[in-house]
Amino acid sequence: MSGILVVIEQKENRIARISWEALAAAQKLAALESNAQTSSQVTAVVLGADTEAIAAEVAAHPVAKVIRVDHALLADYTPDAFTLALQQLIQKENPTQVVLPHTYQVRDYAPALAARLGQVLISDVVQIADGPVFTRQLMQGRLNGEYKATGAGPCFISVQAGAFRADPAEASAAAPIELFTPTLDAAQIRTRPGKPFRGSSQTVDLGSAQLIVSVGRGIKEAENIPLVEALATALGAELAASRPICDNGWLPMERQVGSSGQTVAPKLYLAVGISGAIQHLVGMKGAQCIVAINKDPDAPIFEVADYGIVGDLFEVVPALTEAVKAAKA
Amino acid sequence: MVEVQETMKIIVAIKQVPDRDAQLRIDSQAKWIDEADLQFALNESDAYALEEALQLKEKHGGEVVVVSAGPERIGQTIREALAKGADRGINIACDDLGSLDALGVARLLAEAIRSENADLVLTGLQSEDLGLGQTGVILAELLALPHASLILHVEKTDTGLKVKRELEEGWFQEIELPLPAVLTIQSGGNKLRYATLMGIKKAKTKEVRALASADLGASPAPVVTLERVTLPQKQKTTQILPGSPQEAAKALVEKLKFEVRVI
Repeated sequence: MSGILVVIEQKENRIARISWEALAAAQKLAALESNAQTSSQVTAVVLGADTEAIAAEVAAHPVAKVIRVDHALLADYTPDAFTLALQQLIQKENPTQVVLPHTYQVRDYAPALAARLGQVLISDVVQIADGPVFTRQLMQGRLNGEYKATGAGPCFISVQAGAFRADPAEASAAAPIELFTPTLDAAQIRTRPGKPFRGSSQTVDLGSAQLIVSVGRGIKEAENIPLVEALATALGAELAASRPICDNGWLPMERQVGSSGQTVAPKLYLAVGISGAIQHLVGMKGAQCIVAINKDPDAPIFEVADYGIVGDLFEVVPALTEAVKAAKA
Repeated sequence: MVEVQETMKIIVAIKQVPDRDAQLRIDSQAKWIDEADLQFALNESDAYALEEALQLKEKHGGEVVVVSAGPERIGQTIREALAKGADRGINIACDDLGSLDALGVARLLAEAIRSENADLVLTGLQSEDLGLGQTGVILAELLALPHASLILHVEKTDTGLKVKRELEEGWFQEIELPLPAVLTIQSGGNKLRYATLMGIKKAKTKEVRALASADLGASPAPVVTLERVTLPQKQKTTQILPGSPQEAAKALVEKLKFEVRVI
């Protein structure tokens, strides 16, 4: 058993940043392992039906080799085909670790893949330390948990978006590319996926907004939303929300920031009554300045905030709206 | 032509988690949180899974069975699910749930529901305490059933199910799959119901089958362990603006004007 496999996810021949971050995590793991005197090499894996071009792109990155797992039945993602293909590859390669990006796709198959091999995925890892010890968040980001794999088989981890810094491709010689053809049969695939489609027409482009005022569960009731709306208007900011607000139908889905909504990078992100669960943070931590108003001083939002006001939003927000109006007058 | 109404037997795996607003303290061993004086509640996405099950039953007829594993206190959460309309419960007594890994927990649930031969097994997408987001997918693997995750909408068809799956950044996808199947339910697909007084009354007489984790076969040693619980490190130094709401608001406006330069 040796080496680290990192699964690079592609959608229509495009690789998202999180996969390069998974590669960075795999390299960090390899560096830790080599201190422990076993030489660990990172092998990148791409899956699909026509993977030549994507494999070549990956091969330009610092990896020992690229394995392209290629099969007509991998053209559209299904958990059955991906699990079977990776199971066969892992049994052949026998790696010590398998690193995956924590995407919706990985969440859909990796737990089953690990279980099939008698292992458990350590999901949503944010940090890797000597041991190896894998840190992931607990209690919606209010606590951290340090995990160890104690099983005999390969250790599976998925890494959270933004937790590891993806290095730009080195201009070194391209890594060798191997082809692996899994044995798949159409009858083994039990689900029929449809083509992805966009939700409601996106008329709000939060991604290009310079100022965003965002509201969370702390607002308590739909009737209270205008309070935050008034602040957004005073600032000339777009109004956004965390998931529960949109789940409840208090604001339309297109105003949702987070992993299932939009990713934003404004100059100012003012979070009102948002505790800061990781699904929200991944969508906004790229903001230049983050301000949080929350009654709970231990809310995870304060871990990423530049400025904070600990207090009752029903008192702070109206006061802030008035102060903004006065400053602009 | 007579329409054949096929009823559905639906199992919903639910978890009791610390209440969202509970004050959390790390326990003295730094292995978990101190559970003394803690309030517990039904995990949010599990509440949506239960709601989906109840709506499917209302549409197609059948039975909704909730299953949960944990210490004695989970009985309360099972009763709440029965009060909302589930027909019966399965309570797997397990005092050391925390010593099991995700595979161990899914194995308990799988063994408890295997003989039910349900048409559909639902779970929430992920728990609010551990947040692993794996139980449903592993359950499907252990029961050898097809699955789909992050589901917002479920529709029964002639051949099985058509479900709406959430993808990243505002994208969705429809998936067709045969029954029996396992789905993990994303929050927000339905409006949650409250228990009615009548429901609460009825719940008292509904059947809850008690199982001990030992009845469900030996669980193998965990392959992943939670070694230590810590407080997260701040990624930034937050400057807390003190004072009354008016004072803090004024101080913030100064910052926004002269340092962030957005006013």
